Amino acid sequence: MTSFEPPVQQDDALVIAALRAGNEAAFSQLIDEYNGALQRLAMVYVTDRSTAEDVVQETWIGLLQSLPRFEGRSSLKTWIFRILMNCARSRSRKDSRSIPFSAAFTTDDRDDGDPEPRRFRPGWLPGGGHWLHAPTRWQHDPEQHALSVETRTAVLLAVAALPPQQREVITLRDIEGFGADEVCNLLGLSDTNQRVLLHRARARVRRAIEPHLAVSV
Amino acid sequence: MRCSELVRLVTDYLEGALPAPERLRFDEHMAACGACTAHLDQMRTTISAVGQLREADIAPEARDALLRAFRDWRTQPT
Repeated sequence: MTSFEPPVQQDDALVIAALRAGNEAAFSQLIDEYNGALQRLAMVYVTDRSTAEDVVQETWIGLLQSLPRFEGRSSLKTWIFRILMNCARSRSRKDSRSIPFSAAFTTDDRDDGDPEPRRFRPGWLPGGGHWLHAPTRWQHDPEQHALSVETRTAVLLAVAALPPQQREVITLRDIEGFGADEVCNLLGLSDTNQRVLLHRARARVRRAIEPHLAVSV
Repeated sequence: MRCSELVRLVTDYLEGALPAPERLRFDEHMAACGACTAHLDQMRTTISAVGQLREADIAPEARDALLRAFRDWRTQPT
């Protein structure tokens, strides 16, 4: 795996200095920037919203407590998310209703090795490897139009139903907009492994929303 | 390149992780295959649909509690 860590931003240093100086506006801004993301990532590890909210609160308090020790060896963002994962880890040890953290990291996500089953002619037939049912263009461009409530719900449920590692990766990459390197770093994954998990996650979500976006012919 | 192979490589393609010769074979296949073009388009739509789950609201009470904690922390720095 790459051990690439994005260099500490000048901005990070300014924010840290402001926090250490007790600048409340800086803290408030940080909350606005990351609270939603932390909440969503917490939901990857714990089952209910209120537990996730607790974990996020603990994360912010944990950040304040460790602020004097922050050395800037990772970006502020990576550091905050690492605190969240530690909080989620210890919470899930205490909370039997949540996904055991060990499971989140040891579950073999290969049990769904083929994310696109039965879409192609078997390789040993003439025309093997070609589409059985050719995909058609969806008549929807989410960049132009917001998703309908139904489709949005389908996306949400599909992400929630993913195996834990896939859920972590797609949440960080496609919801929070982390770069591949940041995700490898945060989750301790190789580049290849990160891409495999992302690929499977996206393929499953695609399948789940297809009925909502495909145009019936 | 077969359609089934292309579908397996979609994420590597979008991530810019395909070696040049394979990327070329991918592009050549796409140029000739409407079904695979539609598939790639669906994957892109999927990615941006997932991105729409982004929203960042914090309950006002939670925010107040955090700002109180910050003030406490400030008056008693560790």
